[in-house]
Amino acid sequence: MDNKEEVKKIAIIVSKNSLEDVYAGLVMANGAVMEGIETIMFFTFFGLDAITKKSMNNLKVGNPEAFIAKMPPMDGHMPENLGDFVTEQIKNQFEEMDFAPVDEFIEMINAGGGKIYACRLAADMFQLTEEDFCDELDGIISVGEMYEMAGGAQMVYI
Amino acid sequence: MSVLKVNDKEIQVTDEGYLENFADWDKDVANVLAKEEEIEELTQGHWHIIETLQKIYQEKGALPALRRLAKESGVKTKELYDLFPKKPLKKAAKIAGLPKPTGCG
Repeated sequence: MDNKEEVKKIAIIVSKNSLEDVYAGLVMANGAVMEGIETIMFFTFFGLDAITKKSMNNLKVGNPEAFIAKMPPMDGHMPENLGDFVTEQIKNQFEEMDFAPVDEFIEMINAGGGKIYACRLAADMFQLTEEDFCDELDGIISVGEMYEMAGGAQMVYI
Repeated sequence: MSVLKVNDKEIQVTDEGYLENFADWDKDVANVLAKEEEIEELTQGHWHIIETLQKIYQEKGALPALRRLAKESGVKTKELYDLFPKKPLKKAAKIAGLPKPTGCG
């Protein structure tokens, strides 16, 4: 590929907690880390669920109907809880494709030098402290601190 | 296409330095490719990863995700980054004589 200008630094802000939104952020972040790009993840509002120990591996698909529309037609009746059913299917598919569960994904991003931050405002709002977050957390920081750290980075908002 | 000189051999590589033909690969080639990636010396740890990658590629016909490589080799992701700094999968694939990784993991 003809890449005249490389991305050197990226900041990915995750504000949602659906499985599809969180994975979009994790895949992009891990992909960046694997390219040697300096990577910062900033989790805010519902996005905090993705780095909170008790919820990170229990995220649900946000738009199950959209997934159903893309899946092969199903025999028989629709499952009672579409959200749970689709979430289970998607998680299995991720595993088959070698995409890690959320906790392991965060671990990989951390192992490659990527930074994981929680938003101070959102953490205060949901009464979350450092103990509630995964071990890979690099800190709970303000928006101002996030901008300081993201100096020179391309920014992605999810 | 470019040419890589190893001993007296001229080896065809892509513009990014990946071997065109795996048949050209040997340990001397790996050592030259490693130096290009700023890895001065291939240690036992490197060889273990190179051999694991080649084995997976032979079996599956495709490169694994980094996560699969860590599992199959028994080497932690962090150590993969230590062995092949910044771009573990790309560097290891190149030194192993395999194509450029095209997956998203």
